[in-house]
Amino acid sequence: MTDVTTELRTADGKSLKAALAASQVRAKRRAFFLVAPLLLFILVTFVVPIGQMLKQSVYNDAFSSTAPALDKWFQANPLGTPLDEGAYAALASDLKLMKENRTQGQAGTRINYDVAGTRSLFTSTARKINRLEPPWKEAILGVNEGWSDPNLWRAMRSASSPYTIDFYLAAMDHTRDKDNNIVPVNPNRAIYGKLFGRTAMLSIIITVLCMILAFPIAHLLATLPLAKSNLLMIFVLLPFWTSLLVRTTSWMVLLQQQGVLNDLLVWIGIINNGQRLEMMYNKTGTIIAMTHILLPFMVLPLYSVMRTIPPSYVRAARSLGATSWTAFRKIYLPQTLPGIGAGSLLVFILSVGYYITPALVGGADGQLISNMIAFHMQNSLNWSLAAALASLLLGGVVVLYWLYDRLVGIDNMKLG
Amino acid sequence: MKKILILSTAVLGLAGVAAQAESVTVLSWGGAYEKSQVEAYNKPFTEATGIDVNMQAADNPGTPIKAQVEANNVSIDVADVEKSDAVRLCDEGLLEPIDPDTDLAAAPDGTPASQDFIDGALTDCAVANIVWSTVMAYNTDKVDGTPTTIADFFDTKKFPGKRGLRKSAKATMEMALMADGVPSADVYKVLSTPEGVDRAFKKLDTVKDDIVWWDAGAQPPQLLADGEVVMTTAYNGRIFNAQVAEDQPFKIVWDGQVLDFDLFVIPKGAPHMKEAKEYLKFATSTQQLADQAKWISYGPARKSSAPLVGLYQDGKTEMGPEMPTAEANMQNALVNDFEFWADHDTELSERFNAWLAG
Amino acid sequence: MPDLTNADNDEGFVVFDRVQKSYDGETLVVKDLNLSIGKGEFVTMLGPSGSGKTTCLMMLAGFEMATHGEIRLDGENINNVPPHKRGIGMVFQNYALFPHMTVGENLAFPLNVRGMGKDERETKVKRALDMVQMGDFINRRPAQLSGGQQQRIALARALVFDPKLVLMDEPLGALDKQLREHMQFEIKHLHESLGITVVYVTHDQGEALTMSDRVAVFDDGRIQQLAPPDELYERPQNSFVAQFIGENNKLPGTVESLNGDTCTVRLETGEIIDATAVNIREAGQKTLVSIRPERVEFKPDMMPEGAHTISAEVLEVIYMGDIFRTRMRVAGSEEFVMKSRNTLDQVRLKPGETLKIGWHPQDARALEPM
Repeated sequence: MTDVTTELRTADGKSLKAALAASQVRAKRRAFFLVAPLLLFILVTFVVPIGQMLKQSVYNDAFSSTAPALDKWFQANPLGTPLDEGAYAALASDLKLMKENRTQGQAGTRINYDVAGTRSLFTSTARKINRLEPPWKEAILGVNEGWSDPNLWRAMRSASSPYTIDFYLAAMDHTRDKDNNIVPVNPNRAIYGKLFGRTAMLSIIITVLCMILAFPIAHLLATLPLAKSNLLMIFVLLPFWTSLLVRTTSWMVLLQQQGVLNDLLVWIGIINNGQRLEMMYNKTGTIIAMTHILLPFMVLPLYSVMRTIPPSYVRAARSLGATSWTAFRKIYLPQTLPGIGAGSLLVFILSVGYYITPALVGGADGQLISNMIAFHMQNSLNWSLAAALASLLLGGVVVLYWLYDRLVGIDNMKLG
Repeated sequence: MKKILILSTAVLGLAGVAAQAESVTVLSWGGAYEKSQVEAYNKPFTEATGIDVNMQAADNPGTPIKAQVEANNVSIDVADVEKSDAVRLCDEGLLEPIDPDTDLAAAPDGTPASQDFIDGALTDCAVANIVWSTVMAYNTDKVDGTPTTIADFFDTKKFPGKRGLRKSAKATMEMALMADGVPSADVYKVLSTPEGVDRAFKKLDTVKDDIVWWDAGAQPPQLLADGEVVMTTAYNGRIFNAQVAEDQPFKIVWDGQVLDFDLFVIPKGAPHMKEAKEYLKFATSTQQLADQAKWISYGPARKSSAPLVGLYQDGKTEMGPEMPTAEANMQNALVNDFEFWADHDTELSERFNAWLAG
Repeated sequence: MPDLTNADNDEGFVVFDRVQKSYDGETLVVKDLNLSIGKGEFVTMLGPSGSGKTTCLMMLAGFEMATHGEIRLDGENINNVPPHKRGIGMVFQNYALFPHMTVGENLAFPLNVRGMGKDERETKVKRALDMVQMGDFINRRPAQLSGGQQQRIALARALVFDPKLVLMDEPLGALDKQLREHMQFEIKHLHESLGITVVYVTHDQGEALTMSDRVAVFDDGRIQQLAPPDELYERPQNSFVAQFIGENNKLPGTVESLNGDTCTVRLETGEIIDATAVNIREAGQKTLVSIRPERVEFKPDMMPEGAHTISAEVLEVIYMGDIFRTRMRVAGSEEFVMKSRNTLDQVRLKPGETLKIGWHPQDARALEPM
């Protein structure tokens, strides 16, 4: 009899656990070797960039790395210290350094993010700095009065540390006043909150529309014989195979005021020539075009779920006395929930991040938050603000995902 | 991701180098503009020097430079960028300095380059090749009467119909002020004050409901052609192209145009520095700049090129009057102030977008 | 073909009257089906796949429309009655328990849609669960149950609303052999105690024979024979039924003489054997004689007086515990099988032995070849 309390051993007396591990190590190593490329790929293309983005949203050393003397002065003198000769001497020393290293633009750009109109102070003063003589306060103020602005000094003080939450403040329509208090920005500049709200609203509308449109298509696909459903599937997937720009352009041709649809309505006589509908360059255009583009992302998960629901469930319900409507509502619909959930999450997340379509067909009120992110990435080159906006967006999506997991359960999701 | 992209581009670039002893990679904007550069600069350059030119296109060639230089992995030798980018990149120390008198060719009559280029065409690290402009244009079939000034663009009573405007604060704000009667010389002074900004938005308010906003340069001629708008702002080259190549009944109003430069820059650490400088010198010489006008209606940035501008490639259109820099077109013109926009881009863009959304 | 409807003139509880079904308009899946099932009867539709049995069940349940003919339930034409108004309980092959509902909710479903009050509902659900000994599982989900347990729940759900008729579509197909046999017994027991009418579809002949009052053997869209199990086994009406039900030896030949119910048949190898004439009309006709392996005898004292015998050579003897299965060469065929009981005094045959075999004439049935 084996004593159950002692460790089990193999025939030649090794520990069973160790023997098992040894026998599996080769298989494990091979499995790891197989997934290693994917791991590396995800690390390089996903984890690292997102990490960099998060870092960029709170870290910007464009000023702190170029202004060591000011940093020293700020450390020695707390906020509220009058701007004496010492402060200006530090500024002069840093401007000289910037001139030498050609970093005045970089430093000025960083401060300009915070206080608009100050970049040129740095570039123009740096240009003349080698000709200036002490006392520095008079000399520098002589070049430009703008240097006396306490808000500018507050901005330099906060930028002298590379770590900052100011980009998040900006991304939430807030800024700091000269005493370093957090205050809302001037209402005529407050844009991000509005755009976040609009993005969420439009995404919800698009998701709901996709759901309504995709459900019958997916059901048809799932119940048709395979040959026919494959053909139909090609039509569903057709948008995937066309370039985004081509599709967007075709929507323009179709929907604009002098476009095909309006021409048709006028020709039929539903509207007269003067009342052509505005279906493009506004919210309507964005919704229509994005619903079309994102529809396959709803159809596919729904289809894959519906494929697995045998017709016998609805038949059973019918035989048990349910009308076809009750059978659909009580039996079929609940079983498609994993598909609806997956499709909705997919469509919502994608539409939150879309930007080419709203940029081209959105007009003034079809702009989404991603258009501002693109603006800061490509035009203003304020990557830190772009990163802060993107991080907020990412945070929102993660919260949504978490909520979904809590309410529906992520293991209930089927992506197809 | 970006690094990977850059890396792969670099690897491809290296492969190119291995195959051909000498070549220079030029990053430009694509389309008709790139074609004009290929015809006017690249082909004669390769013929003259034996150095191949590898032309690549980007949405904005200024964007990859920052990433490439910061990653210390530069694959571009020469890039064609907007002025604001040229100055900003230079300030940030990402570009090779260019000395006009040693790095650039003198005019045929011996005038040094520093004297021959028009004002604002030379910076510490960049040399302009063309002058382009944002102009207003209209469809003669759809407009009753003849708009002649930028003020007419904002006058929907006199000229009813939709207007096309670029969905961007840049140039839009300036045009609004000029339409409101601000002389072009004072535009940036006015725009630097909060009252000036309010004034510009007030002017924009008067047409807000009639505007179709465009984003890409190809859109405004299309909007005009489709009848979606009767008037629009546009890049002058695009309108010219539609007029000549597609025979569209468009007309440009030069009043209130906003001029801008495109400049060549060499990123710090460009892999073929010597060839890049050679290319720069060749491409910005008097004859080459004049030749480019044969292919596109953007004005040469050198004074000495102007008299040499001849006919368009169709052999009949005289290019002189189509140049933004032509005497007659410069009556009420504004040169885009990169310094102003470097300071105020974010602030005004935020306000502009808030106004759009409001 | 014999008349397959009930012999008496009383209209059955379930009646198929000249029913035809085609899916594509070109071929008939069900060809001229006439069937009458009495109240309280357990009738099994048995046949290979594609024989039309499931289609018949689906037409009865209302999921398929008959292309031609009439289906009557309790005297009423139900061709145009939608499934949910037919009041027929159904057990599906894969049980079709609603995965998002608990066992209790599954059972309450048919009562809910009928608008039954809460108290009555709970009583009925409990009674139905107790009936299949699953009372403790009321709050489980179907996925937490074994196949056999799911099967019981499906059964209870089909019965909970007291349907007039219960249809079962291969309900035991997914269970292992032991469980299947046990469930066969339970279903049969429920049928008897509740007195309900059951139409059962299977392709398993053992199941059909064990459970049914009558079995309808389907092939090629027709009922080949409708009879109680013993009759089906012992008196198959044609060679398909003989072949399909149980193990069977076939001996092809020509009718030599016909004498009322009996005949003699000359096999293709020349031997003469005795047989019962089933659908033989005249001498000289081609026939297929069918003999069950357990009715083949090799001990002369077990054979009737004067019967013809035929010589056989033992090829293989397989010991199967309760019986010996002996494969022999008979009349040129090497597939002739004889089964003999493993009794104390049984003669043990050895391969290579030759012997004479024979049978009672009533056990050899001369059938029309298909």
